[in-house]
Amino acid sequence: MRVRERDRAAVRRAVALGLAVAAAATVTACAPPQSANTVNLYYAPEENLQTVVDKCNDEAQGKFKIVYHKLPRDADGQREQLVRRLAAQDDGMDVLGLDTTWTAEFARAGWVREWTGEDRQQAEAGTLSGPLESARYGGKLFGAPKNTNVQLLWYRSDVVRTPPRTWDDMIEQARRLKAEGRPATVLIPGAQFEGYVVQYNTLLASAGGKLISDDGTRAVVDEGAVRALEQLKALADSGLTSPSMSNAQEDDIRLEFQQGDAAFQLNWPFVYPSMQEDAPEIARNVHWARYPTSDPNRPSKVTIGGFNLAVSAYSPRPAASFDAALCLRSAENQRFSAVKDGLPPTIESVYAAPEMAAEYPMRDTILEELRDPAIRPITPAYQNVSTVLSKLLSPASAIDPPRTAERMRTEVQNALDSQGVMP
Amino acid sequence: MSATDTAKRAERRLGWALCAPAALVMVAVTGWPILYAVWLSFQRYDLKYPDQREFVGLDNYLTVLGNQYWWTAFGATVLITVVQLVIEFVLGMALALIMHRALIGRGLVRTVSLIPYGIVTVVAAFSWRYAWTPDTGYLANLFSDGAPLTERASSLAIIIVAEVWKTTPFMALLLMTGLALVSEDLLEAAQIDGASKWQRFTKVMLPVMKPAILVALLFRTLDAFRVFDNIVVLTEGAQDTSSVSVLAYNNLIKGLNLGIGSTMSVLIFLAVALIAFLFVKLFGTAAPGADDDGRR
Repeated sequence: MRVRERDRAAVRRAVALGLAVAAAATVTACAPPQSANTVNLYYAPEENLQTVVDKCNDEAQGKFKIVYHKLPRDADGQREQLVRRLAAQDDGMDVLGLDTTWTAEFARAGWVREWTGEDRQQAEAGTLSGPLESARYGGKLFGAPKNTNVQLLWYRSDVVRTPPRTWDDMIEQARRLKAEGRPATVLIPGAQFEGYVVQYNTLLASAGGKLISDDGTRAVVDEGAVRALEQLKALADSGLTSPSMSNAQEDDIRLEFQQGDAAFQLNWPFVYPSMQEDAPEIARNVHWARYPTSDPNRPSKVTIGGFNLAVSAYSPRPAASFDAALCLRSAENQRFSAVKDGLPPTIESVYAAPEMAAEYPMRDTILEELRDPAIRPITPAYQNVSTVLSKLLSPASAIDPPRTAERMRTEVQNALDSQGVMP
Repeated sequence: MSATDTAKRAERRLGWALCAPAALVMVAVTGWPILYAVWLSFQRYDLKYPDQREFVGLDNYLTVLGNQYWWTAFGATVLITVVQLVIEFVLGMALALIMHRALIGRGLVRTVSLIPYGIVTVVAAFSWRYAWTPDTGYLANLFSDGAPLTERASSLAIIIVAEVWKTTPFMALLLMTGLALVSEDLLEAAQIDGASKWQRFTKVMLPVMKPAILVALLFRTLDAFRVFDNIVVLTEGAQDTSSVSVLAYNNLIKGLNLGIGSTMSVLIFLAVALIAFLFVKLFGTAAPGADDDGRR
């Protein structure tokens, strides 16, 4: 009997302890350490961002203390968490890492504050115009560009002699390589997702086309848009793509390229450091060139990506938040992130920094593309437009240029009016 | 009125009083979101344009019901549900019979067969996805040298296989409880009357198991109709493999279109309610809790 009772007491203690632990965990999970000047940063996982945060906190000397909360790894997951909390007017978030395509949406919904006065001047000074444009909505600035991004053509210099300048030339070269029995595949992320729309937008802009009117309210879908459709279709029908093209995202094609059967890869610069680590013998022969153009008469215009730092409309500490955001994107810290995390800076002068030459060899090509970039349509409904587009573009082999363009016109217009059904 | 009657009534009142708080919480937790969704479905309400919120009556329903994406998704959902259910029922029944008759290691057999059901769907779905991707997977090159997840028919088949693999054990478990209802006496009597094995199965076992079969099929149909995670991981709805749940999620969470998204949720709710209603009507007499006349 005594033994049983002791057992029961032990169980009770264990349960009580468990509850206490659970309660403590919940409390810490919900309420980040708060003090009057804590700035909660919600940003995508970035390997060395914590170092930047620590540096800023040291320099601030108590003016603010940034706490870095990692958002999910994938863009949709990041946006969902931010949107959900902002829609509920959560005041626990101060500085937000926004993908360039979300800025208009968050601004229109009234979730982020406008950058004004001194802060605005500082955010704009020396910043490349492309990334800056992606942070504006209705003539106002809503984000400070932290890093930008742009895709390059990666090719195997051991099989490709001169990198192709045009899309058609790339297909032609690949065809010749295939006939010779050498690595010939052209890798492009063609899954039904945003990354595929980026490819389309690049082809479209390079052809001088337009999808949506400048004020972001009307679907245009002009001849350039049709031309871009034809080119995607030509690649898909060439038999030179990967069999899993229509299910592949950026990281999938990076892995496939490292297997060694491909000659070309259209992808972001993150593939470069990964290749050095995972497939050094292939990496040795990998070079880069400007993304091939649609129109032989003009250079390609490549879609930019990247992140803008915005301050939540519900932040109780806007002044400290703007200061913190400016520190996170300072020229010095952008240089650090470029070298350590491979992120292209938004401040032009950073590209000339001496360390960049060794650690970031493709910086000149990137800068060249960034000086005349393509920007994805700026509209609050971009997410909806992109979902519709990715559906109509996928799989690439099913594109029927004039018909697909016609469907784009109606469905993009519906998306802009927030009336259609997203596939 | 006798004393026992009064006592009984008092007891019943006490019973009601005791479960009232729980019942109220249930109504608040499940009823309120449903009502709110219905209310939202009559509005144009997009979180991106909070100032343009307005009442639009049945417009959203017309938009959704007149849209080909919705009907494609609906067709895919019905197809996945029906094919999956047929396969699962046959396999589940076979598995249940084996488990029921297992002589040695009965507990082990039952536990082992439940493993797929215990694995988190998303995790299992990822392993399926890699298995079916050329180069990284061991299954992709088994049938052809293409990529099966890039075509509609094979994608749907893979989704169905993943679902069947995961939930057949659950079906088997439910059917096994039904098998336990079949008494050995009945089977022996049938055998003496000269019934063949198949006759004993169809004429004796199945009718006795009817309530269990109804529960198993009903639960699985409702579950299968809401299929979501396998699709999101395997194809993200590409190649027209979206189910209605994936579509509702896309419009509601990704598109922030509360009006259209809620309309889809309400339509899914209605479809599920209809399925449940039809099942109970069809299998009426066997519904658990029904009396002999088939009335509830």
